[in-house]
Amino acid sequence: MSEVLARLDLVRMRKVTRAATKHGTKQMARYDRAITVFSPDGHLFQVEYALEAVRKGNAAVGVRGTDTIVLGVEKKSTPKLQDSRSVRKIVSLDTHIALACAGLKADARVLINRARIECQSHRLTVEDPVTVEYITRYIAGLQQKYTQSGGVRPFGLSTLIVGFDPYTGVPALYQTDPSGTFSAWKANATGRNSNSMREFLEKNYKETSGQETVKLAIRALLENIEIAVMTKEHGLRQLEEAEIDAIVAEIEAEKAAAEAAKKAPSRDT
Amino acid sequence: MECVFGMVGDGFALVAADTSAVHSILVHKSNEDKVMILDSHKLLGASGEAGDRSFTEYIQKNVHVYEFRNGIPLTTAATANFTRCELALALRKVRPSCPVHIVFLVSQNPYFVNILLAGYDKNIGPSLYYIDYIATLHKVDKGAFGYGSYFTLSMMDRHYKSGMSLEEAIDLVDKCIIEIRSRLVVAPPNFVIKIVDKDGAREYAWRESIKDAAGVSAA
Repeated sequence: MSEVLARLDLVRMRKVTRAATKHGTKQMARYDRAITVFSPDGHLFQVEYALEAVRKGNAAVGVRGTDTIVLGVEKKSTPKLQDSRSVRKIVSLDTHIALACAGLKADARVLINRARIECQSHRLTVEDPVTVEYITRYIAGLQQKYTQSGGVRPFGLSTLIVGFDPYTGVPALYQTDPSGTFSAWKANATGRNSNSMREFLEKNYKETSGQETVKLAIRALLENIEIAVMTKEHGLRQLEEAEIDAIVAEIEAEKAAAEAAKKAPSRDT
Repeated sequence: MECVFGMVGDGFALVAADTSAVHSILVHKSNEDKVMILDSHKLLGASGEAGDRSFTEYIQKNVHVYEFRNGIPLTTAATANFTRCELALALRKVRPSCPVHIVFLVSQNPYFVNILLAGYDKNIGPSLYYIDYIATLHKVDKGAFGYGSYFTLSMMDRHYKSGMSLEEAIDLVDKCIIEIRSRLVVAPPNFVIKIVDKDGAREYAWRESIKDAAGVSAA
């Protein structure tokens, strides 16, 4: 019985493949074949592969304080001949919204462009600046659309979006990922080593403000980094190398003091 | 009856506009601000159909998108040319549904809006551009639109010199306003003056002869 079924299956499969190639050429010519499709056990592999791309990307961390929000991005050792100013990994979407991401930077450019236009479009049609949640929902919606459209692949990046609500002044930090899900966070990390950074943040997070928030973000990253600080009054400000070095020195001093106090080897990340 | 005029002085440019919003014989309000601050160093004075003045908001948002995308603001000349281009496209072309820059202003009629664009660029200094509703573009030292232009242009022809100080320019603006008030049959009562210089674009003064009564008690 099973043998007969098996053979029938084979025939059906062959028929299917033939039809597929016939269809295939027509559809390929129209570039609308679905790429992101379900696997038998309910996975969208393209989305999961996109998350892999994110995991290989540069680390990005975001920390929400009471009056300050900090975005930090790990800077890969810049080639000596490259003009590092042209590689900005933390960008402004509007005067009160900023974004950092991990993953495919080229995909990021496209997404950021669309988000910037949407910020202004929103201002034009409703005469109000976007809320952080609105623009996050928009970006996440865009990422989701590309997991359910023909002929396209998902965006290979996760974003950390920060900003102050234009009316209540409440700071917010959101994260989106290639599947199109988004949620709000007090502090989060994405990209390389994000798990260990998130663990560190979970252990060490407390409500902070001002410089303390910056310090927490830098402690989470603590290698080659680019840091930007957003406050209500001053908007987004990139920290200079010297400032970052000064804070790192402070942190190292604190670490040394803690070590000396404990008289045990440091196990920090 | 709408009057917009402007001039370039020593290190600054200014735009003055009347502030009445009129519908046939009814004055809706006399404190309508028609000079938009496009960005930190640009002013856009628009006169014409009230609905089409929202075209200036569209320009403003696109100027902002450029600034966010590229990290530096558009120059005044580039903004003027962009504005002119948008006006020109609206004259004949059917707008594409997925534009390169910002979303939708669907219009197949010309925008009935005349624009004076004043700006200050760091290495260029102040400049003034005359852009009318059929997409004429001129870089000028002084310009005016509307019925008031008959009087203001003549006054400016008589009294304007290049490189005027702010006091001299404001004096000339006041002379123009007096001419408009005394010679134009349905003269707008109030005006706003805005300037742009190295310190940015800002409102300079109002010239009011009628104050909008906030709440007149109906006795």
